[in-house]
Amino acid sequence: MKTGDVVSCTIGGKTVEAVYITERDERAVLKLSSGYNIGVPFSEVLHVRDGEERKGVEPPVVQDSKLPELAIISTGGTIASRVDYRTGAVTSRSTADEIISAIPRLATIGRFRTSQPFSILSENMKPSMWIELARCIYDQIQAGAHGVIVTHGTDTMAYSASAVSFMLDTPVPVIFVGSQRSADRPSSDNVMNALCSAAVASANLGEVAICMHGTVNDDYCAVHRATRVRKMHTSRRDAFQSIGAEPVATVTYPDLEVSLHADAIGREAQKLALRDTMEEKCALISYYPGMDPAILDSYTSYRGLVIAGTGLGHVGTALMERIRELVCNGTTIVMTTQCLHGRVCDRVYDTGRDLLRAGVIEGEDMLPETALVKLMWVLGQTENPEEIRQLMQENLKGEIVRRSVYGL
Amino acid sequence: MDYKALGLTAGIEIHQQLDTAEKLYCRCPTILRNIDERNGEIRRYLRATVSEMGVIDRAAEEEMKQMRFFSYYAYNTTCLVENDDEPPTPMNPEALQITLTIAKMLSMTPISQVHTMRKMVIDGSNTTGFQRTALVAMNGIAGGNCIIESICLEEEAAQRVTDKTFSLDRLGIPLVEITTAPCMHTPEEVKEIAEYIGMILRSTRKVKRGLGTIRQDVNISIRDGARVEIKGVQELDLIPEVVSREVERQVSLLAIREELRSRGAEVPQGELDVTDLFSSTKSKVLKKKAPCIMAATLKGFAGIVGREIQPGRRLGSEMSDYAKKCGVGGLFHTDELPAYGVTEEEVAALRERALAGDGDCVIIVSGTEQQATCAIRQALKRAGMALEGVPEETRKMLPEGSSAYMRPLPGAARMYPETDVLPVEITEEMMAAIDLPELLVEVAARFTRELGIDSALARHIAYSDRLPTFEKAIAAGIKPSLAARTLISTLRELSRDGVDCGGIPDETLIDLLLRVNSGEVAKEAIPDILRALAGGAPLEEAIQSVGPTFSVSDLETLIEGIVAERAEFIRDRKMASLGPVMGIVMKEVRGRIDGQIVADVLKRSIEKRI
Repeated sequence: MKTGDVVSCTIGGKTVEAVYITERDERAVLKLSSGYNIGVPFSEVLHVRDGEERKGVEPPVVQDSKLPELAIISTGGTIASRVDYRTGAVTSRSTADEIISAIPRLATIGRFRTSQPFSILSENMKPSMWIELARCIYDQIQAGAHGVIVTHGTDTMAYSASAVSFMLDTPVPVIFVGSQRSADRPSSDNVMNALCSAAVASANLGEVAICMHGTVNDDYCAVHRATRVRKMHTSRRDAFQSIGAEPVATVTYPDLEVSLHADAIGREAQKLALRDTMEEKCALISYYPGMDPAILDSYTSYRGLVIAGTGLGHVGTALMERIRELVCNGTTIVMTTQCLHGRVCDRVYDTGRDLLRAGVIEGEDMLPETALVKLMWVLGQTENPEEIRQLMQENLKGEIVRRSVYGL
Repeated sequence: MDYKALGLTAGIEIHQQLDTAEKLYCRCPTILRNIDERNGEIRRYLRATVSEMGVIDRAAEEEMKQMRFFSYYAYNTTCLVENDDEPPTPMNPEALQITLTIAKMLSMTPISQVHTMRKMVIDGSNTTGFQRTALVAMNGIAGGNCIIESICLEEEAAQRVTDKTFSLDRLGIPLVEITTAPCMHTPEEVKEIAEYIGMILRSTRKVKRGLGTIRQDVNISIRDGARVEIKGVQELDLIPEVVSREVERQVSLLAIREELRSRGAEVPQGELDVTDLFSSTKSKVLKKKAPCIMAATLKGFAGIVGREIQPGRRLGSEMSDYAKKCGVGGLFHTDELPAYGVTEEEVAALRERALAGDGDCVIIVSGTEQQATCAIRQALKRAGMALEGVPEETRKMLPEGSSAYMRPLPGAARMYPETDVLPVEITEEMMAAIDLPELLVEVAARFTRELGIDSALARHIAYSDRLPTFEKAIAAGIKPSLAARTLISTLRELSRDGVDCGGIPDETLIDLLLRVNSGEVAKEAIPDILRALAGGAPLEEAIQSVGPTFSVSDLETLIEGIVAERAEFIRDRKMASLGPVMGIVMKEVRGRIDGQIVADVLKRSIEKRI
């Protein structure tokens, strides 16, 4: 039996005709004419006839040549999707035509071309893919894209955006966008996020950012600087939050008005450049009370290690010896804080001072994940320890805010 | 009406809320709230999406004619699941257990692997844009020969507060949907089956009680008519009326079709902008929505648009319902004009502009240009259907039993799998382990047998919302006759007087009955005490407000006085004086001491004097 075949099945002495959908846990999943799916033992299913091949009819998509050209790069995030009636699985829609037919209003904002370097679940993303993605964005900008939209699964979107931010100097907006609630549901945040991202991709912005719901309402999207944003909720639409900084822009919905923050980097402020080497042998670990110092032994071959320490940036003194050894053997260690909010300061308590003496670099107010991505990039640019230290403590792409302003 | 000759077939869908501790797909309590208690509000758009069949469902598409922005009230008893900001929990096992119990009571066959589906509903009543629903069992039997096609377990929708605002407290309460085959042929039969299934449901003792917790949808068609689903029939007694009125409507629509065909009636394609004709109109309706007024001429429809098709409904009402989907208030037609502030001159000008002859009917709608254009096309669509007969529709019941158009009957395309909820296996062991509850008919028989209650009253008790209270009262040692009289007759009489005793807790009722049982409170005082309780008074206060109880010695003193004053009358009339004197005494003590005691004391007192 294959998906779509017409079958019959007897339930409670009555025979019903149904469509075979799939196998699930040793049961045949059938769709009844009422639309309900039921799972029944295969022994009760009789094949009646083969199913007819069905194809969804795609309405033709017309793009307005007078509108600015925007590139949509999809990586597997479901900004537009369709339920496959044969399997019940949600499939992602990624060609320009598919996306525009799912979100027709996009065609009033720009004319689109698309590329799909890979299609994965965002938890399967790897630094080598960040590089591939950065190159793909670079190519699109070089080919004349007025703005770039990257659709991405939300789990690791902030890492990818941050990585692209370090690798690429962009003169145009590079906007990462995703959806928290699946695109197949009538209430999905995908349409509003996609339209807002297209609006900001056409705006006077010249940096890498993430555009997602600003609140749980469908009222506006917040545009977050790639290096200061974090997914702060597992499921809410407004999961993405700028930490220690304000969003660089907001886009109202449904009127799609973009308001840029005074600190936003304008279009053409940077010249297009790509520095796409990254050192993958880096790690991020979170310290916890009683952590076995032997854990650090696994990192002896690592070139970089970011620690999310407690409070101002501490680890237990039991770890101090191993940290000293790691630094001596050439591992760059950067201290950040699991508080997420606030700045690391290892000069207040003895433990902190010991860490500094051991050669640990204070990660200022960088988010732990951003510090990891930055360390990979910095180690990809230089091997000079002094230069590494200097780059890690210097603000390159908005990842370090030099002053901790009250109210953020 | 001869329903057999008309070929009436009807089926019902019964929706019953289950009384579980938690909702179906989240862990919130299943309690309803007052909207003043809300602690948040969220605002969302809903849009139709392509389903697994690759088409947008026609019912959903219809709703999309108005792009709507919805508001939802949240409470401290609702969570992110209701907000559609968190994936659902696994299906509530308590709700599934109750559903399987009902399935077993109806001799149904369970589905071996139950799949939760998403049923597209984009009228705003579900934050997700779909209702989660699962088919649990199929093919059973009710009341001897009515076939039960299916039982589904689904989540209740959010309650509409106003047009675009919904309250999330109700969203997600488990609901069973029982669908019968179209096996009923008279209005009374539909009611009987509904009543029987209702009894089965309540026999589980696990369903919610009270207004709005059970709703019937009735599917009705006659020969040459069409299947029409009437939603939201809350009272059983209205079912026969709803069925007979729908038959009447379908018969009328078929007669209209014949008449229109014989007249050679036609429905035009386009609409006509007649805004200028009404530039100085006195009609409040037209003035209010003035930006654009569109008209169309229905050839050969004169007198038919205004014809009644069921009480209070005309063909024009049907067309108006369709037009309202575009956001206009309704439509006017020349069968009813001049009226509503539209003058004879305006009607004449309209007819002239619309090139309408005497046999034609002109319809007009007002709104923004977009609304008016959409509305007139919708009205024309419905007018065209009149030439075909009866359209297949989902309709909503109106208060008296007539109905209004809601949307086309939905097709199968509105369902697709809820991928966030894993399927649930139903095993033979699970079914075998279910103990069937005692049916309410059996409960009634037991009350007659064991408590000596008259069978009619026993049935009343068993079917009443106060059955659990009654059982608690009996267990507490209260006399069955007292408990039955109070919980059935007295409460019903009070409710007829407009006193709502629904909020009085069982414990309070039982406490009151115990005091009556012990003689502390007179049984005559019960109605007045219940009134005070219904007004919110605590029990002690309610008892005091009726007046302190009269002790027997107080009574003897009072009666001695009254009898002494009337000594001569009593000597003349002997025992026949009992009645008149009783009346005088009761005036003083009514509600404060048992009438039987008064009669006894008085009788003794009179006997002493004769």
